[in-house]
Formats: sequence, C-alpha cells, structure tokens
Amino acid sequence: MLQFILNDKTIATDNPSGMTMLDFIRYHQHLMGTKIGCREGDCGACTVLVGEIVDDKLVYESMTSCLLPIANANGKHIVTIEGINFPDTLNPIQLAMADEGATQCGFCTPGFVVSLAGFCLSNKSENAIAAVDGNICRCTGYKSIERAANKIAAIVKEKKEADAISFVTKHKILPEYFSEIKERLMSLKNVAAPIHHSPLTTHLIAGGTDLYVQKQEEMVYADSRYVFDHPELNSIIKEGNKCILGSSVTVSDLMASPIFNEAFPLFQQYAKLISSTPIRNMATIAGNFINASPIGDFTIFFLALDAQLILSDGKIKRELPLRKLYKGYKDLDKRKEEHIEQIWFELPDKNSYFNFEKVSKRTHLDIASVNTAIHLRMNGEAIKEASLSAGGVGPVPMFLKKTSEFLIGKKVNDKIIEEIITIMQSEISPISDARGTAAYKTLLLGQLIKSHFINISKESHESHQ
Amino acid sequence: MKNIDSYTHLRGESVYLDDIPMTNGTLFCAVFDSPIAHGKIKLLDTAEATTMAGVVRIFTAADIPGENQIGGIIPDEELLANTHVHFCGMPIALVVATSDEAARAAIKKIKVEIDPLPIITDPREAKGKGELIIPPRTFQLGDTTNAWSKCDYILEGQTETNGQEHLYIETQGAYAVPQENGAFRIYSSTQGPTAVQRTVARVLNLPMNQVEVDTTRLGGGFGGKEDQATTWAVLCALASYHLKKPVKYSLHRMEDMRMTGKRHPYSSDFKIGLSKELKILAYEATFYQNAGAAADLSPAVMERTLFHCNNTYFIPNVKATAFCCRTNLPPNTAFRGFGGPQGMFVIEAAITKAADALNIPASEIQQKNLLQTGDEFPYGQIADSEANECWNKADEQFNIKELQKGVDEFNASNKNHKKGLAIMPICFGISFTKTLMNQARSLVHVYTDGSVAVSTGAVEMGQGVNTKMLQVAASVFSIDPSKIKINTTNTYRIANTSPSAASATADLNGIATEIACTTILQRLKEVAAEELKTELSSVEIKNERIYIDGKATDWDWNKLVMAAYVKRISLSELAHYTPPGIHFDATKEKGHPFAYHVYGTSITTVTVDCIRGIYEVDAVKVVHDFGKSMNTMIDIGQCEGGIVQGIGWMTMEEIIYDKEGKLRSNALSTYKVPDIYSVPKEITIQSLTTEKNNLAIFRSKAVGEPPLMYGIGAYFALRNAVKAFNPTTVIPFDAPMTPEKVLMSLYPNT
Repeated sequence: MLQFILNDKTIATDNPSGMTMLDFIRYHQHLMGTKIGCREGDCGACTVLVGEIVDDKLVYESMTSCLLPIANANGKHIVTIEGINFPDTLNPIQLAMADEGATQCGFCTPGFVVSLAGFCLSNKSENAIAAVDGNICRCTGYKSIERAANKIAAIVKEKKEADAISFVTKHKILPEYFSEIKERLMSLKNVAAPIHHSPLTTHLIAGGTDLYVQKQEEMVYADSRYVFDHPELNSIIKEGNKCILGSSVTVSDLMASPIFNEAFPLFQQYAKLISSTPIRNMATIAGNFINASPIGDFTIFFLALDAQLILSDGKIKRELPLRKLYKGYKDLDKRKEEHIEQIWFELPDKNSYFNFEKVSKRTHLDIASVNTAIHLRMNGEAIKEASLSAGGVGPVPMFLKKTSEFLIGKKVNDKIIEEIITIMQSEISPISDARGTAAYKTLLLGQLIKSHFINISKESHESHQ
Repeated sequence: MKNIDSYTHLRGESVYLDDIPMTNGTLFCAVFDSPIAHGKIKLLDTAEATTMAGVVRIFTAADIPGENQIGGIIPDEELLANTHVHFCGMPIALVVATSDEAARAAIKKIKVEIDPLPIITDPREAKGKGELIIPPRTFQLGDTTNAWSKCDYILEGQTETNGQEHLYIETQGAYAVPQENGAFRIYSSTQGPTAVQRTVARVLNLPMNQVEVDTTRLGGGFGGKEDQATTWAVLCALASYHLKKPVKYSLHRMEDMRMTGKRHPYSSDFKIGLSKELKILAYEATFYQNAGAAADLSPAVMERTLFHCNNTYFIPNVKATAFCCRTNLPPNTAFRGFGGPQGMFVIEAAITKAADALNIPASEIQQKNLLQTGDEFPYGQIADSEANECWNKADEQFNIKELQKGVDEFNASNKNHKKGLAIMPICFGISFTKTLMNQARSLVHVYTDGSVAVSTGAVEMGQGVNTKMLQVAASVFSIDPSKIKINTTNTYRIANTSPSAASATADLNGIATEIACTTILQRLKEVAAEELKTELSSVEIKNERIYIDGKATDWDWNKLVMAAYVKRISLSELAHYTPPGIHFDATKEKGHPFAYHVYGTSITTVTVDCIRGIYEVDAVKVVHDFGKSMNTMIDIGQCEGGIVQGIGWMTMEEIIYDKEGKLRSNALSTYKVPDIYSVPKEITIQSLTTEKNNLAIFRSKAVGEPPLMYGIGAYFALRNAVKAFNPTTVIPFDAPMTPEKVLMSLYPNT
C-alpha cells in the first residue's frame, strides 16, 4: 500500500508501484489537467511538483509525471494543476500568463503553470525562466511566457529569506492548504510501509528517467527495488580530497552541493546544458553510468575525473574504475546482481583545470552530438597529468587514453593542439546517425578540444590578474 | 480582449479529446502499421494477437463496408492497406481492446510478410521515374526566354528545404460513440470536421446526415490536423460500427510522428536575371515537391508554392513549374504557410546568390524590386501593395544601416564569434486557392434571457478564433461579452464547412457571424421602433441600452429581446458568407484568387560561435501589415509564435528519413523544436496599421500563416555570419541550417 498526498487529498493505493504518476493522476484520479505530450520527459506537459521533507524542511521539485513511478511518491506531496487552483479566481501565476497572452492552444499551459508554481515554492527568487526550461510550447514562441515569468519573478522577489511556503500562502499565490502539508506528511511518514519487492529481484529503479522512456509498459508490473529515496544513497560527502557520491544522487543534488560548486566553478553552466530542471531533479549520476549511452553527459564528465565505482551484489563489494566499466556497446563489466553503491573521485585542486563541453542540435534539453571533458593537473606551465574523455564518437563513452598520455609533459600551444587532434582522430570511430554525420562529429570533437584550451587559457589568464 | 479560453487553459480545465469523460464500455484501439516503405503484402498473421488478453477484435481492409478510401483531393489513399503498402507507417490493421495497453500489447504480436518493392524517397528520382501525382503546372508572366538576353547578370542554382513535423503538443485522436439507428457522434481533434464527416460516411457507406462530428478545441494543429485527423476518426468509427460500442484512439507520440505526414520537403532549381540597376528582369524556378505516397493536400500545397514563387517582388518575366512527386514517405500535408514558404525560400536564395556574386548585400536587390500597387502577380492578380510601406517603416523604426553597421563592427573586433543580418520581406495571399472553399456559415441564437450563442465552422486550435467570433457578436450587438457563448464546432449545427485553414477562418466565419448578428439586430431595432413608436432609423443599441435619436430610453437589451419573442419575431439566424470577386482559371493559371495580401518586413540578426558552430538569434524586428487589428494580444501572439516556428524550420528542426523510408527523427528526443532558451532574445513587432476597405473581418487582416515566413530570415542571417568568418566558403542552399551545417560551412576543408 502506497501513501501520499495528492493536492489536498491523502491517497492510499494498491495500484502497482511501477505505475506512472501520469496514468494514476489522469485515469485513476480523473484529474485531467495534467497532459500527455510525449511520455518521454521531453515536453513537460505532464509536469507535477513533488514535495518532501528534507532536513526538517518541506521542499518541492518539479518532475515529469510520465517518468515518475508512484513508488517514488510514497510519503510525499504530489501537486498537479488542480492543486494550485483557487476556487473561483486565477492565482498570480495564472493571472500573469493570462495578462501576457501566454496561452494559445492551452495544451502545454498547465505544465508551465506547475513549473512556475515550483519556482515560487523554491528558495530561488530570480530567474523564473529557468524553471520552465523543461516545458515545450509550440504556439506562443515563448516571448509572452517570458514576460509572464518575469512578472512572477518580480512578485516572488519579495520572498527573500522568508520561508517559501508561508510566503506563497500568505500572498495567496498558492492555496492555504500548503501550510498544513508538512505536518500531514510527518504523520503520513510514520505509517508509510516499505514497498514490497522479492528478495531476489535484480531490478533497480532510481529516478526512472531512462527505464520509463525505454520500457514504460514493462516497468509498471516489474518486480523492482526502488532506491530513489534511500537516505544513505543520497549523500555527497568530502573526505580529505576525496568526494564520495551515493548512487541515488541526482544532477540537481550536485547543482545544490557546495562541494561541487567550489570544485567546479562553472558547474551551473555545465549542468544547464544537460536535460532540463524536472529531469535533473529525477536523473541520477549512477543511472547515467549504467545506461551506458555512448553520449551520457555525466559519464563523460566523470571519465575525465577518473571516477571509481563501488559495486555491490548485496554481499560482496568491489571497486572498479568507471573507465573499465564499458566493454562494448551497452556491454558492461557488471554482473546482473551488482549495482553501484558509491562513486568516488579526487577533487580537482588549485593546480587543476577542468572543462566540460557539449554541442547538440538544440543547445538545451537535447542529447549531445558530441561531448567531452578534460582534467589537467599542472606543474607550472607543463601538464603533469591529463584526462580527456569524449562521447558520441564511439560505441562507448570514451576515455581518450592515447591523447591523454600524449599531453603529459607538454606545454600547450597551437601546434600541440593540432597534434592532439590528430591523435584523437586515431582513437575515435564515430558513426553517422540522427545526431550528425561521422565527419561532423570528428570535426566537432576537434573544435571542442580547442574550446577546452581556450577556456583553460582564459581561466589561467583571469587567475593571474 | 484576452483569449476567452485563457481562464480554463490556465486552470487545466479546458477539455481536449483525451479529457472527454468516457461512456461505459468504451473500447480502445491501436494501429498496426507497415514496417516497410513499399511492397506487396504476402501474409498478415493476426492469430496470436487475437488471443491476447483484452483484445476484442482486429480489423483489416476486408471489414470496410463502404469504400476503403480517405483521399480528399484525389481518391488515391486507402484507409487500411489491402494488397500493397506505400510508406512506413501506413495502417494495415486495427486492434480493438478493452484497454489502451492491451491494444498496444497486441500490436506487437501481429506479423506481416511483405514482398519488397523499390523505395523512392527523393522527389527528383520520383519525377525521373514518372511518379507524379498530378501533371506538372506552370505559372507564367511575360516571356523569360526573350528576357535573358536583356539581363546583365544571370545566376543559377539549386535549393533544398527539409520537411517539418507539426508537433502539436496534443497528439491526434478521436472518439466515436454510436447513436440510435446506426448514427454516430464522433469527437475528433480535427481542423476539418466536415472532412471527417464526409470520409466516415464514405468508408461506412452511410449518408452524411448520420455522422455528427464535434470538436471543442485542439491542442495545436498547424495544418497537421486539416486532413490527417481523418484517419483516426474513421478507424474509431469503423470499429464502433461493427462492435456497437464507443471506441477511442489517442495516439502515442511516436505513433503520431511515424504515421502522419509533415511539411513538404522541396528540391528546387532557379535561374535569375538582373539588370545593372539591380532590377530582376527574369526568374525561372522548378519545384520538385516531395508529396509522399498519396495526394493528400499536396496538389493544393504545390499550387501555393507557385502563387508565392515571387514572394513580394515584382518580376516582369516569370516562369515557375512545379512537380508533385510521389515517394514512399507518409503523405505530406498542410503546414502553416502551405507551400508558400518553400516557394519564397527559393527566390530569396536566388537573390542571395546574385548578391554574393555582385558582392553587395541582398537587401539592395530586395528593396529595388518590392511590389508596387498596380504590379501584376504571375497569376494575373493586380497587387494592392504594402511592401514598400512595410520596408520603409522597418527602416525608419529600426534603422537598417545602423544595425548592419553594428554587425560589421562586431565582426571586425571578434575573431571567434560572428554576427549576421538578413532582411526578409514577405507577401502572402489570403483565401483558399480553391475558390469554392471560400464560404462559411454562422448560426446565432439569442435566448429569451438575453444570452447569445454562436456556432460557426471555425475550429479553435490556439489561434484565438473563438475570441474573435465573440468580439464580432459583442460588437455588432453592443452587448457585454459575458453574455455570449461560442459553441463547439459541430457538423449538425453548421454543415459543409471548410477546414480551419488558409489563415482565412476568422475572416470567413467572422463575416458570416457579423451578417447573422446584423440581421437579428435589424429585427430587434424594428421591434424597438414599433414598441417605442419611433422611426427605425433613430433606434440605436449601445452597451445593452436602447437609444432613440441619441437619447437613452428605459429599454435595455433583455427587455427588447423578450419583447421580440413575445411578438413572435425570430431571434435566430443562420448566415452564409462568401467573399466577392475571387476567381481563378486553372486552365490559364490566371485570375484573382486572393481576397487580399498580407505584407511585412523582418530584420533578423544572429550570432554564431565559430569554434563550436552553435548559434543564437539575437533579434527579429518586424513591421507587420495587420490592417486594423481587432485583437492586438492575439495577433502579436500569432506573429511571435509563427516567427519562432519558422525559425525552428530553418534551424534545428531536422526530419531524417533513411534510404529505406524509415523515420529516424521519430521522437521528441531526436526531433527538436525550439525551447525557451533557443528563441530570439528579442522579438519586436511594429504594426503597419491600415484601414483600407479590404475583405477582412473588421478590416483586420489574417495573421495565422504569414509571420512564419519571417523565420526564413534566420537561415540567411546565419549564412551571412558564416561568411563573415570564412568569406570563401561555399554554402549550399540547404535548409535547415543545423549546427552541423554551420560548422561544416565554417570549416569546409576539414
């Protein structure tokens, strides 16, 4: 039996824990405001808010309900468009959108409104546009939505350090019942039982952003272990120079982590290139590794950092470098019963340079044509250690070993960069597909390697000023 | 006035096809479609699928009681493939089950063996093999053959424009509910309820009066639901006919993308000749339209390409020929602009090629050749032009020279980033080019409590047509808009409708509504004159109050309505409207097909990151010919949306079929439309306001399609930015200008 609060109603359901929240909302609760656009997390028409208590605070994140198993709602608050309506008036979010003409056919509209409600509930008080980076509209051309989002940001600006929930209820941005949710969730938590799965199952579901795209129908009735909400798998800790991630750490967790933002000053920029807010709220780093896409953004990121995996089958643990995980296309050095328990890597230090590059057909919310990351440890002007990774240029996400080795001891100049590119080309084997021709990917990776060094020289220039 | 639907839209309370409460016993269907682009069906095995849990029945072509035919213009498209398949995604069988999941699970168990036949995906190859859907057509003005000798510069070239997926966020769908005596009510997400009604009747062998089609609204259409919404409605009706149960089909996104047609890709040749003074003296174009496997609307789309082959320029000698080429792709269909943008791209490419050769900006040629009032279009209509007015106002407002200077200065001082600027003037004809389709009806009822209901043939799909209809009624009656309701579009209330398309919906249905309301108003005034014992000419109704000779009386709207009812005066009216003066003779390819034209000028600037080959659109600045807009918010929204959709077509939206005719860009993960970060940082729209006596509703010119063509400017601006980085690069005229094409053009020798 799963229990959660849906809008202002407490739900107890025996539906299969793998059912999507989207189907549950629309076809079991008959709340038709949440729309189906693509069922793969790419349009945002089905966006809902998921509220949970973290460190004694009720926090909300937007998620696409098409990829959200109801198991991952257990003990939480799910908010749909119906849950943010006042009985007979538009709330200030809706009013801003109406006044700016930000709705035409209206089909994507509830998703936008819910995402913006998520912005109002967040601790952010500036860029409301980032909150709708996962919502696609085919009618308006977005300018009216931008104008509405800016109006909403202006309203929320006064929020400052105040508690978001009391702010939005006090200013009648969202209904009064939000102020009681925390208490209600706390009493719910005590009765929420763990989700049943057979002890033998090897099927793990974390954020669901891959499995629910690939095989949604299968997932509904699958005998799965849901690991998204295990507190021991959600931590990011620093031990000396080592950074250790639990396997359910999401992209948004990294974005919020002071450890990451300090170690990678451009981390927010990198992350903005990767999927969208609701997907980043669900997608885990470990899931990105195991998906084994040759183009996985965080796989490329962590390959350059020489991340190490702690694999466990429940009894025996072993450590495996991420670089050794991929044996061939979607072929992993991992037994079925093994799963990633932890990921650790050495944080870059003051003598390090790190950069991540990604180019896709659409700059945001798209899969890369080519991505690449570089991590250098310097000894004065010479390179002491080098790691260069690249995606989209072979059957697996690649650590470019020969190219990386060549860099050691070198001082970078234009001639060296040309040589690096020549060596890189001997290591890759791109194919032509929907993301570009082989010739394009080869050229592009060379350009992105140039970009790495342009960024690095910029950075070193700035740090010397 | 705000869009009247915005309240329910923003609360998630608007009802779309998949939100309609279902009747008990509703069954669900799913299509088994061809995995092969061309071939003969050897064996269709549904045995295992039939035994699956929840499966009720599987239908094939053999179960069709009437004609197995859904072709609108030409009867060349089967509903369900009988012996041959002609494209990947062609429906072969229909599974009906007790749930959506069961129907889809059963699809996977159907087996088909198909003897493959040769597959054509390229329109030039199709033309070479004589695979033409209709004979070629040629529009001609003057005499190009003799004109070439008078030209100082002659340039030739080839262009490609790719297709475009509509990507309405609401997928296609329908819901058929059987009624007594063998009739049907069909809820359909369609732009053309009558097309659905007519085709259901044809396939089920029923009279049209047995088929009620009802459409509340669409979650986006863009042309994709003009003709291609029909299939799903007919399939539901077919199943419902046999099973006597309500049957629903709401397509999954990948089914929709795989099985439906898109904007037509075109491959074209051009030859352009200019004088030393940069006057275009002669222009020839040949268009190879990739129609896909059946006619659908392709012949009409092709015709509009010819109508817009000269865009907004006067060219004294024109010869344009178009071929409607049959290929093994899903039948391509209407998409905002309807062939016009494809024609306009080619003339813009020709001008650009000439400008490049002469080493001058394209705008010099563009401006010198803009249509003047009195100039003749290649199809014989005489222009009532606003082309120069729009261009000049754009220059006044935005200062083209200064903008170009800014771009040049930026380029001089930046190595790795380059800007480009392009001007895109447009001209778009308003009317269905098939003259008979230019008709509409409106049914207006005034109820005894003073409330008003309006029914028309217009389908609301986000363009705000219902709001405009309501404005017409409120304005003619001079009553509060809250008194008026716009009804669903229903073939039982309004018969024989034209689809909501061609940007003409508000004009046609709006004027019909105006006529209906005016007729009722006249009767009410007569009643008032009689009751208040005065002359008819002195009666006026303003803000629900009756005035006599400008003086308010104690009669209000409600009292007058009741008085008319008591006197047994009709409070209802069905009005019919057809615009006067339009005609076209296809044997001569001459006439006056358009009620009027819409003009405009846009200036697009872009910045290219010349290291990564990625880009941003900095600004699109527009002067658009609105006539006298009757709803600024809606019209600006149409402009902004059209521009971004046009930019999408020209930049990131890339349809990819492989040689086997299989769609590779078959999901939102592989087909990218603009997101909020990729739209122009600035869109400024200034209005060219005119109050000429045109045939538009309240002199407010149609606005649905024309702005899309401003997006073409993004292609040429990107081209100019690339050339600023690499002046010697040769860039083929091949849209969309994806980051891949940009990078390959920046570095052509690697």
